[in-house]
Parts: sequence; C-alpha cells; structure tokens
Amino acid sequence: MDAAQPSFASLTWRQYRLERRMFWRNPSAAFFNFMLPLVLLALFGAVFSGNQEDLDVIVPGIAGMSVVSTTFSALAYNVTAMRELGVLKRMRGTPIPSGAFLLGIAGHAITNTAMQMVLITVAGKLFFGVDWPSDVGEMVVFVVLGVVCFSSLGVALSHVIPNNESAPAYVNAIFLPLIIVSGVFYDAADVPSFLAGVAEALPLTHLIDGLSAAMVTGSGIGDQLSSIGVIVAWTILGVALAIRGFSWEARRS
Amino acid sequence: MSSSEFAIEVRGLRKSYGDLEAVRGLDFSVRRGEVYGLLGPNGAGKTTTVEILEGYRERTAGEVAVLGYDPQLRDRELRSRVGIVLQSSGIYRHVKVREVLEHFAGLYPDPREVDEVIELAGLRGKEQARTRTLSGGQLRRLDFALALIGDPELIFLDEPTTGFDPAARRGAWDTIRSLKALGKTVLLTTHYLDEAQVLADRVAIIKDGRILVEGAPGELGVGSGSVRYRVAWRNGSGLLNQQETDDPTTFLHELTSAALARGEKLDSLSVSRPTLEDVYLELTA
Repeated sequence: MDAAQPSFASLTWRQYRLERRMFWRNPSAAFFNFMLPLVLLALFGAVFSGNQEDLDVIVPGIAGMSVVSTTFSALAYNVTAMRELGVLKRMRGTPIPSGAFLLGIAGHAITNTAMQMVLITVAGKLFFGVDWPSDVGEMVVFVVLGVVCFSSLGVALSHVIPNNESAPAYVNAIFLPLIIVSGVFYDAADVPSFLAGVAEALPLTHLIDGLSAAMVTGSGIGDQLSSIGVIVAWTILGVALAIRGFSWEARRS
Repeated sequence: MSSSEFAIEVRGLRKSYGDLEAVRGLDFSVRRGEVYGLLGPNGAGKTTTVEILEGYRERTAGEVAVLGYDPQLRDRELRSRVGIVLQSSGIYRHVKVREVLEHFAGLYPDPREVDEVIELAGLRGKEQARTRTLSGGQLRRLDFALALIGDPELIFLDEPTTGFDPAARRGAWDTIRSLKALGKTVLLTTHYLDEAQVLADRVAIIKDGRILVEGAPGELGVGSGSVRYRVAWRNGSGLLNQQETDDPTTFLHELTSAALARGEKLDSLSVSRPTLEDVYLELTA
C-alpha cells in the first residue's frame, strides 16, 4: 500500500528502452528514420565522387537532413500513430508522469540522431574525403539546437495530421521541399534569389550552415550567431504549437 | 488514504459540451468491494461519466470523489490505485504480451505478479505472441491484464465484452467475478442486461444524463408500479395464456380458485418477476 512510486528518471529510462526495442522490431520505421539518409549519402557521394567541393556540401547537408528525419519526421509519425492507436490515452490512465513518457520517446529519437551523426561523420572521413570535424563542440551545439527545434516542430505537425494513413503525405509535403530548398544537395548560395530568400527563413538552411562550419570550413561559432537566432526562433514557435495542440485522445473518437 | 465506506461518491455531477448537456445532475455512490453497473442506451452519458471518474474529462459542476481523491487533479497516487479498461484503446504493435505487461508493471509502485495477471486474464500460452497477431478477443483480455497489473483497488470497465462471442463473454465474467472475490471495487458499463444481472450488485439505469432508477438488478422496478409480474398458464383446451399484473397474489388466487371450481388443471403455470430487461425497456423506451 505504501510502496514508493518509481522515480521519474527510472520511468523515463523504462519508456526509452521500450521505444528502442520496438524500433528495431519494425523494419520499415527503422529504414525510413535511419537507413534512408545513409543510402542518399552513398548515392550522392558516388555522383559527386572526385569533386571535393560538392562532397564538402553534401556531407553536412545529409547530416542536417538526418537531424530532420530522425526527429521531425519520426516524431510526427510516432505521436500521430500513438494518438490514433489509443496508446496515448492508455498511458494517460497509468501513473507514469507525462513528462517521463514524452522524454522517453524524445530520447529514443535523439539516440537515432546521435547514431546518424556518428555514421555520417565516419562515412565522410572514410569515403568522401571530408576530414574529421574541425570543431566537435560546435557540431554538438548545432545538433542539439537542431534536435530541439525539429522535435518540437514534429510534435506540432502531428496535431495537424488527422489519421495514421495520411501521416506520410503530411510529413513528405513538408520534408521533401524543405530538404531541397534548404540546400541539402547543393550550396544554398547558388540558387535564384527568390529561393534563397525562402531558404534564409527556414531553420534547416541555418542548421546546415552551422554543421558545415563545424564539419568542413572551421568557421567559429561566433560567426554563426544569426543562424542560431533563426533556429531558436523556430524552436520557440515549435514548442508553443507542440504544447498548445497536444491531445491524448484519437481524433476519430 | 480515505477509509470511507465508498470507493466512488458522485453528487450533482454535470457535464456540458457547448450547448449539449451530456450529464445532467447524477448522484450515486459505489461501496468498496461492490460491482456497480451503469446501464443505458447509447448517448445516455455513461462513458462521459466514467471518463470524468477516470480523470480524462473535467466536469462542469458537481462533486466527485474517487478513493477520496478528486480525479480531475490527476493525482499520481490515485492513478496507481485504479485500473482502467477503456471502451477502445490500442497498444504498441511491435511488443510481446509478456513484455508489455512487464513494462506496465514497472510503472506502478506495487504491481501484481505478471504470471498471475496472465492467468487471471486468460492469456496463458500467448505470453510470447506479438500484440499485432492477437485477435480482437485476445486484445480485450490484454486490456484487462493491463488494467489489473498495478493491483488496483478500483477497476473501471467500459463495455468490456462488446463484440465478444458467448464463450469469451463467460470468460470475461469469470475474470470479473474473481476481481470481486479479491475484494476489488468494479464500476461496469454495459449494453448487455444479462451481464449486469449476473455480475452487478447494484445497477443504475441512465438516460439523457439522468439516473432513472437504481438498485439491485433483481429488485429493480418491483413495487414501483412501472413494471408488472407476468403470469402464464395453459387452459383446459391447451391454449397458452399470459397476463401481466401488479398484484400477483390476488390474481393467482382468483385464477386458481376458478380453475379448481371448473375442475381444471392449470398446466405450465408460472409467475415471473420482471427481469432487468423488462425494467430497462420499460424505462428507456
């Protein structure tokens, strides 16, 4: 009767472990969240092979895209699926604090981001002639900023998605234009000015700029303050929308 | 810890959604260790009421105490002492039955043994099955198991056997009876009147957000004049007769005296009390 409640940290860890275990049991999710960026890196790396300038663009570009796919896309899918399946409502009826539950899920997504960053960095060094990151600390700062920003935007997007079946359409309608406009595959400076203007307003462009500085050019974090500002602004918007529209119950009910 | 005799107390409960009044002033109490049934047609306000008690919805007016707590404050202590079987709710698809039970057990301060719960819910032999391979009935048993894993004092069952075949329903009934034997309090909503008749100590019939009648299922409506006894017999030519009456004593006396005077036997003579179904249909029609 008087047994103590499990601690917040242990519950977060428990939820995190369950998410990890389920992730590897679901090959399609594992593929889209994890393998796709690596496949793209291999393909574009082959296309640009021998042209170091292009390779120097594609490696941080794919790293930025991976931050988006492992957090924004994955959480938009995951939160929508759990909401529509009724998992969120069921969890709400148990004693687990909402914060511990959501942190466990976010932690799972962030683990994928971290693994992805390591793999891309190693692949860049081994296969594409991109040296080890000149400033690992700066890279970590930008990855963390990107993760928080795109996680909150992913949760916010899930509020707009009406059901599971339409989730890929919503996610891709944003994800695909975003990665093209933001300069994942080419230098964003080379595009027509109207597109460059759009790109300047988007957080991924600035995340890629920051990752490029950390991984390739070696330009210090002091030169990236405006990029940090844009990412933080999107984060504030994302967090506000994520909290505001959150629903534990399926739309269909 | 409230030591009140009641697990649930509801006074003047109201809930509106915009202009729609789903619940219009409910009063009822559920004793500890009791199985209490909420009956009523679709849209009567059963699920709204139960979801307020479970802490999913906020009430518009009235007072509610569940194990002494106000459920809409969502106290963690309260949530670890109740178990919930929702009308419909899903579960992760890529886990095994035993895994998901172990996971949920870890969320509670003092859970039941996983094996014991598997046995109680009738999931023996399915421990290693992935949840996405389970049938509808098996998933419902998993719902039961997940509601019981925290060893709750109070269990909410919202239409727990809807869609079950007859054998599966009997199985679920056995589970609910064992909960009662363990001293648990159960709040049950159901469409099936036989289910309420068999399982519930007391029932309330709700319509349009109000309680129409409350009492033990076998005694409901009797004496209120709204529902009558039914007397049936065969007359001398073998024809089956039926008559409803408020006063079976007098009616039988007259019927049998007349038959004796004619030297007739009344074959197949029977007097039936109104069933819960009779009362229900009379009141909710």
